[in-house]
Amino acid sequence: MGKLRPMEGNEAIAEAMRQINPDVVAAYPITPSTEAVQIFARFVADGQVDTNYVAVESEHSAMSACIAASLAGGRVMNVTASQGLALMWEMLYIAASLRSTVVLSVANRALSGNINIHCDHSDAMGARDAGWLQLYGENVQEAYDNAIQAVVIAEREDVRLPVMNCYDGFLVSHSYELLEVEEDEAVREFVGPYKPVRPLLDVQNPYTIGPLDLYDFYHEHKRSQWEAYRPAKQAVIEVGKAFGERFGRSYGLLEPYFLDDAELVIVALGSTAGIVKDIVEQRREGGERVGLLKIRSFRPFPAEEIADALGSARALAVMDRAAGFGSGFGTLYPEVAAALYAGGKQVPVVDYIYGLGGRMVLPEEIHQVYNELAPVAASGHPEQLTRWLGVRE
Amino acid sequence: MSAVNEADLRELEPLYTRPESLTETPMRYCPACTHGTAHRLVAEVLDELGVRERTVAVASVGCSVYAYEYFNCDCVQAAHGRAPAVATGIKRVRPDSVVFTYQGDGDLASIGLAEVIHAAARAENITVIFINNAVFGMTQGQMAPTSLPGQVTTTTPRGRSVEQGGHPLRVCELLREVEGVAYLARRALGAPRQVRAARKAIHKAFEAQLEGAGFALVELLSICPTFWHKSPLEALKHLEQAMVPYYPLGEYVDWRGSAGGEE
Repeated sequence: MGKLRPMEGNEAIAEAMRQINPDVVAAYPITPSTEAVQIFARFVADGQVDTNYVAVESEHSAMSACIAASLAGGRVMNVTASQGLALMWEMLYIAASLRSTVVLSVANRALSGNINIHCDHSDAMGARDAGWLQLYGENVQEAYDNAIQAVVIAEREDVRLPVMNCYDGFLVSHSYELLEVEEDEAVREFVGPYKPVRPLLDVQNPYTIGPLDLYDFYHEHKRSQWEAYRPAKQAVIEVGKAFGERFGRSYGLLEPYFLDDAELVIVALGSTAGIVKDIVEQRREGGERVGLLKIRSFRPFPAEEIADALGSARALAVMDRAAGFGSGFGTLYPEVAAALYAGGKQVPVVDYIYGLGGRMVLPEEIHQVYNELAPVAASGHPEQLTRWLGVRE
Repeated sequence: MSAVNEADLRELEPLYTRPESLTETPMRYCPACTHGTAHRLVAEVLDELGVRERTVAVASVGCSVYAYEYFNCDCVQAAHGRAPAVATGIKRVRPDSVVFTYQGDGDLASIGLAEVIHAAARAENITVIFINNAVFGMTQGQMAPTSLPGQVTTTTPRGRSVEQGGHPLRVCELLREVEGVAYLARRALGAPRQVRAARKAIHKAFEAQLEGAGFALVELLSICPTFWHKSPLEALKHLEQAMVPYYPLGEYVDWRGSAGGEE
């Protein structure tokens, strides 16, 4: 049994990192994730972990050092946000392509410009095709639990991919919550010792990491990387289940909430799911068949599972906390719509772009979404495919 | 009862006023922070040179992220570390403008070190005001590349060890070797005589730009009482006793050929 302790999201991430005791953390502070590395730096200074902590000069170098440390044979973790993640962009692709197993917690924050420090998902969404797995946590407990599971998922021999542990900037990173912190030993046992696959300096099998790869083989290498996301999906499911068996909190690719008979369904990522849950409960009391589909694993994207989970839905709203400029939609909508189309589901789907740059999402706005979904379900055709929620215009 | 006669007041010569190059926005820096002094010195120089209306400031990321609210000229807010590259773009398309960046040590000496060195190497005709307070202020007191050995920060709670955290970077000494630098000086915002010397250096750094001489940078050793965990007076003492010995004051490059070097 874990201990209940009040903690902020960043503190919980640092705590998970302390328990996991990675070999290397190469970090650069950025709001709103700074505290996590700061607290972790204290653990290093106090000798509570054996981690080699490197205070690098930028996120670009941070990720470069992390990838190299991982490929050299170390367990590597890091924390960043927003511009920091954006500056890592070049390295993110390399991290996944070279099959490093870096675990990066991301306190989701808007991207410049204009400069903004508050929550939205445009940072992680910008990295959605980089090849990283992306888990989204709803609250402090999930951010902590996901940090632990991320290590196991990343390092599984049939996965070997870097994992982003996304938690909403300020809304989760700076919110106190009564957290169930598991025992150090139990966490260490769950993640197990790190077993690197082909670390550097195996003198019997010398090799080069990341050599020139042109039209003769690059295409095949990408194809082989493509295959890794199927076992990765299985790993997210299995590790979530094992975590539940060990600690009592189970996780999957998705979290359905009152979905079995739901006709009006909201699809959401991150902390917004918590608000939607409250509204679902309220409206259920009034007899309305409403539900929530929370996506926990955005990468790998559970397309078949989403189509299967929405059997009774008559109208769907996708909550998008990032705008896909020029696409006409947010970033989550096209993926959900494609999942439904591929799964043969004929359900009208409306996209709601909301909460950019930390704009608060209010309970009445979630009510508004359900209210607007009712006529869409009745007519079968949304008047507008994309709507902006809580915007002054 | 002697009422003040407004006509008399109008005849008085104002001795100390807000420079036109500063807005009326009250500054939100911590008490005793020297950013206010640095802002004012820059503004006084812009007034003196009569260039405010053709000046563009490039604000950076750090405590001075709000510099654009205080400088009464057009401003561009750059991404972290990129100010010299942004200034380059502005200056190239508007060569008659006066362009300066205002950057802290987190911005300039850490994430943006490449930008400043290459702007200098290209002899970009811009002026850089570099605030070195040896700590990341805005993100709440983490180690900067300029933090002194032994300095306690939130990421070095037992003090910066050079074995683990590396050695503090001396930016003027690095840039001194770069061809293309027209003017380079390090001053301190401590005692009044130092502040006067800082003002003179800033003046020269803008003159260099106006003469088309090349890249100019003034490093201003500054205090951060909040994240040095010192009273303002103690912080000023620390500036004198710890910062100045590590970061010697002086004029390192002067395009007019009179650089005195380290003082």
